[in-house]
Amino acid sequence: MSQQSTAAEHHSSGGSGGEAAPAKRKSAMAEFIRKFSKQKLSLVAGIFIILLLLVAIFGPFLTPYDPDAPDYDSMLSGPSMKHWAGTDEYGRDILSRLIEGTRLSLAVSLSAVFIAAFFGTILGLLSGFYGKWLDRLIMRSSDVLFSFPDILLAIGIVAILGPGLTNVVIAVAVFGIPSFARMIRSVTLSAKETLFVEAARSMGAKDRRIIWRHIFPETLPSVIVNVTMKIGGAILAASSLSFLGMGAKPTEPDWGAMLSMGRDYLSIAPHVVYFPGLIIFLTVLAFNLVGDGLQDALDPKMKN
Amino acid sequence: MEKLLEVEGLKTEFKRDGGNVMAVAGLDFHINSGEVLGLVGESGCGKSVTSLSIMQLLKGTPGRNAGGSVKFKGTDLLRLSDKEMRRVRGKDLAMIFQEPMTSLNPVLRIGKQLEEPIRLHMGYNKAKAREHAIHMLKLVGIPRAEGVMNDYPHQLSGGMRQRVMIAMAMSCHPQLLIADEPTTALDVTIQAQILDLMKRLKEERSMGMLLITHDLGVVAEMCDRVVVMYAGRVVEEAPVKELFENPQHPYTQGLIRSVPKLRQKVRRLESIPGNVPDLSRMPAGCKFAPRCPHVMPQCLTAEPELLAASGDASRKSRCWLTQETELKGGTGA
Amino acid sequence: MSTPLIEVKGLQKSFLVNKGWFGNNKYLQAVDNISFSIGKGETFSLVGESGCGKSTTGRLVTRLLTPNQGEVWFNGQNITQLNDNQMRPIRKEMQMVFQDPYASLNPRMKVKDLVAEPLLIHTKLSQGERDKLASELLEVVGLNSFHAERYAHEFSGGQRQRIGIARALSVRPSLIVADEPVSALDVSIQSQVLNLLQDLQEQYGLTYLFISHDLSVVEHISDRIGVMYLGSLVETAPKDELYERPLHPYTQALLSSVPVPDPSLARERIILKGDLPSPVDPPSGCRFHTRCPACMEVCKTKVPVFQEVEPGRQVACHLYDEDVMSRN
Repeated sequence: MSQQSTAAEHHSSGGSGGEAAPAKRKSAMAEFIRKFSKQKLSLVAGIFIILLLLVAIFGPFLTPYDPDAPDYDSMLSGPSMKHWAGTDEYGRDILSRLIEGTRLSLAVSLSAVFIAAFFGTILGLLSGFYGKWLDRLIMRSSDVLFSFPDILLAIGIVAILGPGLTNVVIAVAVFGIPSFARMIRSVTLSAKETLFVEAARSMGAKDRRIIWRHIFPETLPSVIVNVTMKIGGAILAASSLSFLGMGAKPTEPDWGAMLSMGRDYLSIAPHVVYFPGLIIFLTVLAFNLVGDGLQDALDPKMKN
Repeated sequence: MEKLLEVEGLKTEFKRDGGNVMAVAGLDFHINSGEVLGLVGESGCGKSVTSLSIMQLLKGTPGRNAGGSVKFKGTDLLRLSDKEMRRVRGKDLAMIFQEPMTSLNPVLRIGKQLEEPIRLHMGYNKAKAREHAIHMLKLVGIPRAEGVMNDYPHQLSGGMRQRVMIAMAMSCHPQLLIADEPTTALDVTIQAQILDLMKRLKEERSMGMLLITHDLGVVAEMCDRVVVMYAGRVVEEAPVKELFENPQHPYTQGLIRSVPKLRQKVRRLESIPGNVPDLSRMPAGCKFAPRCPHVMPQCLTAEPELLAASGDASRKSRCWLTQETELKGGTGA
Repeated sequence: MSTPLIEVKGLQKSFLVNKGWFGNNKYLQAVDNISFSIGKGETFSLVGESGCGKSTTGRLVTRLLTPNQGEVWFNGQNITQLNDNQMRPIRKEMQMVFQDPYASLNPRMKVKDLVAEPLLIHTKLSQGERDKLASELLEVVGLNSFHAERYAHEFSGGQRQRIGIARALSVRPSLIVADEPVSALDVSIQSQVLNLLQDLQEQYGLTYLFISHDLSVVEHISDRIGVMYLGSLVETAPKDELYERPLHPYTQALLSSVPVPDPSLARERIILKGDLPSPVDPPSGCRFHTRCPACMEVCKTKVPVFQEVEPGRQVACHLYDEDVMSRN
């Protein structure tokens, strides 16, 4: 019932008087910002992420101490006015190392997710648009990848390629591709059936044009949402690999590596683990919250 | 004749983009018992909102009543509590919608959906309610009524679903049936069946009916009197024959002329230029003035009232043109 | 008579609706054995109720779908089996206008790009030249050139349909297939669009294949009409003859079912019994026999032949079959 009346209302608002309605003309960006700002929690999370990015960029200017300089006078000292987050087993300032590590951790997870998004989107578009054997090939391959537990697959890849951050990026990207491909495929399948795609076909548009001009923009919101949602997972995966000693070298200030190094001192100096753990937790949470907010803000069905 | 429903100054507001817009801006009309009143207009004119207002079904929508009264046999429906309204709705007042699928529960069998209001309003026991439900299905021309009782809505065709909706609406012997575009979603041959059925039931039960439609053909076939709506207002009211023979308001004239009619043989259709005005940016003065072929300076500044024609209280029009000629006619006599 | 622009012979199309486990697949007979032709500059309409296959026929003619059987000839060329690349130059000649002006325009494109998209596909014009043509086209269909920079959602239904028409017109096609182009519009807007279509036909010598369920609209715009029922053509005739003297019982019932906006007109109405049968499992013999008021024994078993019974008029009905009738 309510659907009916709102439909009637939408119709009346669509029938803008005489000429096209300039008052209704809000840019898509302004509309997006308006909707996104309505989700308070996502907004806070978004601000947190912007801060993180700033830290990643200006990290070296923000660190109170040299993150790599050992201080054998204060090893494993707890949080104090001097060292807000305490020091690690070499007496290095943990806060400085976390700040320095922001760049590394974000770079690893972001690049992994963007690579996954890039290939996953292309595969999903092709799979959904052409169907038939290509679809079966792509989807069955991603089923195979899906059947491995995520981290196991990444461990396997790093085991083959050898440890190191570049290989962590590759591993995390590879296990991210199937989920992108699947999601984009399903959006493609429904976009393929829209009337404006049929209209483009009736005009004689080539497949390439239909895919890029008409279908890809339809998938874009899903891509963006999925990217933010996956960044959290990628940070966790990269940290896990580092924790397992397969990613960053122990000397590098990677969040996961710090967590890994700290576990030996868990009983005597828990802060060595708490702070890297906390920052990983907050970052993952923030990206997921922003993803939720984006989902709602970008969903064309959720007007107002 | 007894006035079954009397709507006076009905206003309905809708929340939109932070502000309020008036979807229905002061509506006056009445329905006599045993009469079919047509409510005609194009999309966005407020005709469906009107029916929801009368039925008090605006809850859960961005809309709300903003004044006026809806007297059903003397009782103002707008002042009834939810509980009191529920007792009226479905019993004395029934409604059928354009798309029966949206008003039938997809996971309940037809029988259950039919029996429930019968038990509620008529106080029948289960067996008697079932019997009555089957009787109703037969009445609306459903061939295998017992079988349909056990079907789910999606198992029926569009025409059959609309019949079920009518059976449901009629099951408690309502005195007024509100039908909102009841045949718009149906094919012409099925529409003919449903219109025929509605006409027959109305005759048999001497029930009043408010028929909301955009289809002038349906109006001409079904209605006794017609109210034409434009931009949330009544612009003309007339008995059906007079309306088609001699429409008063330029909008009604344009509407009737722009419909292609069978065997009419015109080279070009007449049309009304422009579009329906947006609710949030209504023109001052007469709302139809920007599209009106007879627009005068005063139309742009002052909105005419809905006034009865001299000597014929059954005809009303909201237009400076008719009111002006009356004025002149008055001075001349 | 010169060669028709479109000629369709024995078109048949079915869709797989239910894949059975043991090869007992279920097919929906969308279109069965349809033949008609459209002359240059003519408006031919396909009319019928939902599910009668009229839209599928339109998509077969424009080769958005490939028929299972039968042939489509365009301008003397058999286009039935052409692939996408071979079809492309022909698509320039046949454009479509769709029912839903909300869904058929890409919401993410500006009006000028929407209108000029066929130009981009079929010509080598520069962006500037295309923009200029798009502005001109907008004026032709009764919009303003300043609308070019806006998006489709800023327009009302009628205006969007004008945009759709401008787009179809942009490559100067000879055929426009219009699938229910006015059924989503309000009456006062509907007549504006119908008038526009007629004006453009005169101006550009267009040929229309007009698909609609609305008999009043069809009568207004057509030269000749084909009536479809459950995937088959039951009757084709010049407009006036069809409306004055419908031959097929279904056409008769259909015409008598249309509500006429004239309350003083008393009409004898033929009300058909029952619902439309499912096209997955159509009735034997004549597909209309289950609802036909003039059904005979032969109708239940024998499919009537679609044949010419009078000059220019074809009917598929045993009532007009001399063999059958002489035996009775």
